[in-house]
This record gives sequence, structure tokens and C-alpha cells, in this order.
Amino acid sequence: MLDVSVSYNRYKFIGHEFLTWLWFIIENDRDKLRNLEKDLISLDIGNRIVLENRLNDTLETITIKGDDAGLEEGLLSLKKGAVVTELNLSYKEANQEWRFTVKGESLSIANLKTPDTKPIESQEEVEGALIEKVFLYNKVVQLIDNLFFQFIKLRISNEWNKQVIQRLRDWMGS
Amino acid sequence: MGLLSSTVSMTRYKVEGKLEQPIIENIAKRLKNNAISETDDDVSEKVVGWTSFENPFKPNFEGSSFVIGTHLIFSMRIDKKSIPSKLIKKHYTLEMAKQLIESGRQYLSRNEKKLIKEHVINVLGLRIPATPNIYDLIWNYEESSLWFFSNLKNPNEELETLFSKSFNLNLIRLFPFTMADMTMGLSDSDRDAVSKLSPTKFTE
Repeated sequence: MLDVSVSYNRYKFIGHEFLTWLWFIIENDRDKLRNLEKDLISLDIGNRIVLENRLNDTLETITIKGDDAGLEEGLLSLKKGAVVTELNLSYKEANQEWRFTVKGESLSIANLKTPDTKPIESQEEVEGALIEKVFLYNKVVQLIDNLFFQFIKLRISNEWNKQVIQRLRDWMGS
Repeated sequence: MGLLSSTVSMTRYKVEGKLEQPIIENIAKRLKNNAISETDDDVSEKVVGWTSFENPFKPNFEGSSFVIGTHLIFSMRIDKKSIPSKLIKKHYTLEMAKQLIESGRQYLSRNEKKLIKEHVINVLGLRIPATPNIYDLIWNYEESSLWFFSNLKNPNEELETLFSKSFNLNLIRLFPFTMADMTMGLSDSDRDAVSKLSPTKFTE
């Protein structure tokens, strides 16, 4: 295997393409999401998207934030060649919501807010609270793993070049 | 940001390798051997070590206190002394003036100035307490996975070094390529295809 720092930089684009594809799927193919996550009620874009466009030697960063922010500027940036580098997501299951940000290059999770848990009132309750938190964090980890697995299988298939890229281009230009 | 905080950030790792049996006793011994030591009476600028999740200022790895369900939960603590540069400058200037009066000279050599500065930093280092920063982690030994509750570069680098030194196991940071290569269960031909990918041109 390649040196870790070399592969981190060389394949950053995989994570950026993953988040770009994920935005497309959220907007256009919710059935696919439901097939991936049987308990999913909804997966939506949250309150922040960061895009980057490398033009020749310059780097343009576009940040869209706000709970009701319009995403048209983001689509316009995609049309100009940008990719998504950070995506804030809202994941709902039953009557519970998780909010978190995924960074494309590392797929690390930031600002993860899980559904509310019972406050800890005594030392004896810490262990139970930890087990519950691990369970709630694992939901997000599994979600990202499942989505990324679907993406990477698609990305190395012929379908990516033959169909998916064109569908993404049509969406960006719509 | 502790793992019970209302919001957390997380970096994921794969743990490469296994420890000798009995696992829990083995891990407890290694945690104890690499536990944080107090630095307040020490001149060390920075000390890094393991500490207990429940009692980070008094590490205790006795029994299986760090085992929660199927997970191992403990913390890394970085104690760092940071002396404000303006404070160093003040004491350095005062000490130089004192030395000039005592020696009756008008100038100090470069080496003398260097020694004075080192002395000032050492003296202030003993007087200034270290600031502790605590980073929690969850290690699922059976699944060889570890979640570290920080995305900051420096604590992650410290974790990789301390973990390797303590357990003699490698931590491999998970990011798109390493996930595809190591944790998704892809076939050899799929992994090979991933390594040959190049960026998609979305614009026509």
C-alpha cells in the first residue's frame, strides 16, 4: 500500500466526488437512500456546504451557510467545475435527528449532535450514558460507511462513466 | 470536546495488529506504563500520556475500569506549558540588566545572552503550571477500530505516536482511500481499480 500521507493527498478527490454525488442523490434519488438505510426517514442537506474550484493555479472556495440558505450558488459553482469539500447533513430516523458535518478529504465527522439523551445524575449512570452515546455515534458511522461503500462500487464501475457523470452534469445544469 | 459533550468531532482509525492474551490485563499494564505524569514541578514544556475517562486528573487503570460493554474507553492528555513571549522578554531584559551591573561590563556575549534566556525560560517554566487538554477515545478491540474525539492535527499526531509506543500496534487513519482499501471488504480487483482512479471532469 502507498504511504498514508501520499495516498491522503493523491486520493482527496474521491471524498470530494463522494460528497458531490451524495448531494445529487439527496436531491434526486431518495429511493436509493431508503434502500441503503432501512430505518431512514430522511437525509437532508443541513446548514453548511463548502465547495472548492481549482482553476489553473488558483483555488476558489465557496461557503454556503444558514438554515434556510438557497443552494443555487452551490449548483452554479458545480457547473463551473467546483466539487463539494464539506457537507453538513441532517439524518432522521423515527423521531430522532442527528446533525453533523463530513469533510470530504478525510471523511472525518465534525460537530456531531446526536438525539438528546437522558442527563447523567449520578456516577452509576455514566456507563449507561456511554453505551447509549456509542450506539448513537455508531449510527452516523454506519450511515457514512454504507453510503461510501455504494459510492465507491459505483465509482469503479462502468456505470459511472456511461451514465452517472451525465446525470450529474444534467443536474448541475438544470 | 469529550465524548459525552453535546457536540463532538471524530477521527476514525483502524488498529493494525493484535495483543497477546490476556488482552485486558495487557492493555491495563501498557496504559499504566504510559500514563500521564504531572509536570507542574518539572521544566518540561509538554507531557503526553494516557488518563482515565472518568477521572482524567487522577489516572487509574486498575481492574477493568476502562472497559465499557464491548469497548475500551480512556483518554489522552496533553499537558502543555505556554509562557507568554512578553513575560519571557520582561524577565530576560531584567536579568540581562542585572548581569551587566554585576559584571561591570557594557555588553554581554551572544552565548551569555543565550544562557540567560534559557535560564529565564526554565525558571518561568517551573512557576507556570501546565494547561491540560483531554481527548477521549473509544477502542473496539474486536473490530480493530478506534474513534478519537478530535479532528485537530496535533492531537491526532500525538495519538498516533503514543498509541504506537504504548501498544506496539499501528493506527491507520481512515480517509477515503484507506477506507476503500482496508475496511470496505472490496475484492483485490476492486481495490486495484480504486488505486487507478483519477478525478472526474464534471464540466463538459
